[in-house]
Amino acid sequence: MSGLLSMFSYHFMQRALIVGVLVSLCAALLGVSLVLKRYSMIGDGLSHVGFGALAVASAFHLAPLGVAVPVVVLAAILLLRLRGNAKVKGDAAIALISSSALAIGVIVVSVTSGMNTEVTSYLFGSILSLSRGDAVLSAILSLAVLLLFILFYPRLFAVTFDETFARATGTRAEFYNTLLAVLTAVTVVLGMRMMGALLISSLIIFPALSAMRLCRSFRAVVLCAAAISVVCFVFGMAASYVFETPSGASVVAADLIVFAFCSLLGRKG
Amino acid sequence: MAILTCENASFSYDGRTVLEGVDFALNAGDYLCIVGENGSGKSTLIRGLLSLKAPASGKITLSGGLKRSEIGYLPQQTEIQRDFPASVWEVVLSGCLNSLGGRLFYSDEDRRRAEENLERMGIEDLKNSGYQELSGGQQQRVLLARALCATKKLLLLDEPVTGLDPVAAGEMYNLIKLVNLCDGISVIMVTHDIHEAVRYATHILHLGHRQLFFGTAADYRRSAIGRRFLGGSGI
Repeated sequence: MSGLLSMFSYHFMQRALIVGVLVSLCAALLGVSLVLKRYSMIGDGLSHVGFGALAVASAFHLAPLGVAVPVVVLAAILLLRLRGNAKVKGDAAIALISSSALAIGVIVVSVTSGMNTEVTSYLFGSILSLSRGDAVLSAILSLAVLLLFILFYPRLFAVTFDETFARATGTRAEFYNTLLAVLTAVTVVLGMRMMGALLISSLIIFPALSAMRLCRSFRAVVLCAAAISVVCFVFGMAASYVFETPSGASVVAADLIVFAFCSLLGRKG
Repeated sequence: MAILTCENASFSYDGRTVLEGVDFALNAGDYLCIVGENGSGKSTLIRGLLSLKAPASGKITLSGGLKRSEIGYLPQQTEIQRDFPASVWEVVLSGCLNSLGGRLFYSDEDRRRAEENLERMGIEDLKNSGYQELSGGQQQRVLLARALCATKKLLLLDEPVTGLDPVAAGEMYNLIKLVNLCDGISVIMVTHDIHEAVRYATHILHLGHRQLFFGTAADYRRSAIGRRFLGGSGI
């Protein structure tokens, strides 16, 4: 137990926990809407774009978040536009953009620094990658995501449940879809430093799916997903500290266990 | 008094006209059924009436104090909704979306209206139930209650009884007629069921890429097109 508590004595651990809890909250809230709107793969696509952006930023010694946030936000808006396009279908568009961004990232990395530990940390995440400045920026951005989600909650529910009805009553559904995509983009970038580009989408999808196994109302699903997300993150981090396993993968493993548990529980109930 | 007027409106997709010559007026208290075969332009007209699609020519005007955002719309169910985790209360309350205006959250007045419409539809005991666990008929009542939260004047119903068993469909028709008669709310309904249409509606609009008939339900029964569509039972 004292070994577990000692993890709080490291500054980088404190930073990682604070940012991680905030990002987990954001991911869970947005995840409920994304999963229900059948946008789950957007998170995955955006994380690959994020990897490309971080690779380019590190090659040119630019601020990683400063480059990745705007690039991924743009990609998110582009993906939404493409969804409405009949020529390229939504899931194909996501695959197209994410693999292209990954390819660009890999080329830039191999030409400049080569596959070093920094690049590996982008792919699989590292709690050590968070500088103090990053942590502050991450905290501010995730608080902004949380605040926007709460303020627009009635409208986001209406647009998620029935976009046509929302449009008919004069709601700018396009605006709220874009808002959702932009908030997701920011969350993905913030989370991928710690979780890794390959694992961040699980932070968005798992808590929502687990909560849907248990709850019947939208608000209950949102609150339950938020709780599951935070608990899984903290337990994952603790496990990662005790067993010296990679942090991102440990959090995903915790999410998987909870999902399995919820599925069993949901079937009985 | 006319609350909605459609003047020689036509609609097109990518320059190809799908519906033309739509010309009718809806008075307060009217119950209009839009009938026609699949692909005859019914859904397009609905989108036009909701201003989700602009007419290629002609115009649609609302009058008598009716605003665009104050049409109570009951859309066809989507795949997403069938397994959507939402309580009946959450769905019905979301009908008050258009009265939010600049506010962020629903007011007590909105909640009162939602309660009222739950009672009106006889589903107040389902308030806390999950929407996905309801029967098809109950789900349509919930969506009708939501539509009523959005309007005081006009309901626009897109095939509200599709997929319901005959008993539930009959109940739905009666509820809609009740709202029309008792509350004076005008109704525009798209339906496949021509026999029920002439039974409940005051007016019929028959489409087939253009306006084939518009008039009272009684005139429709006597018209050549009406007789053909009603399959002899109207003769």
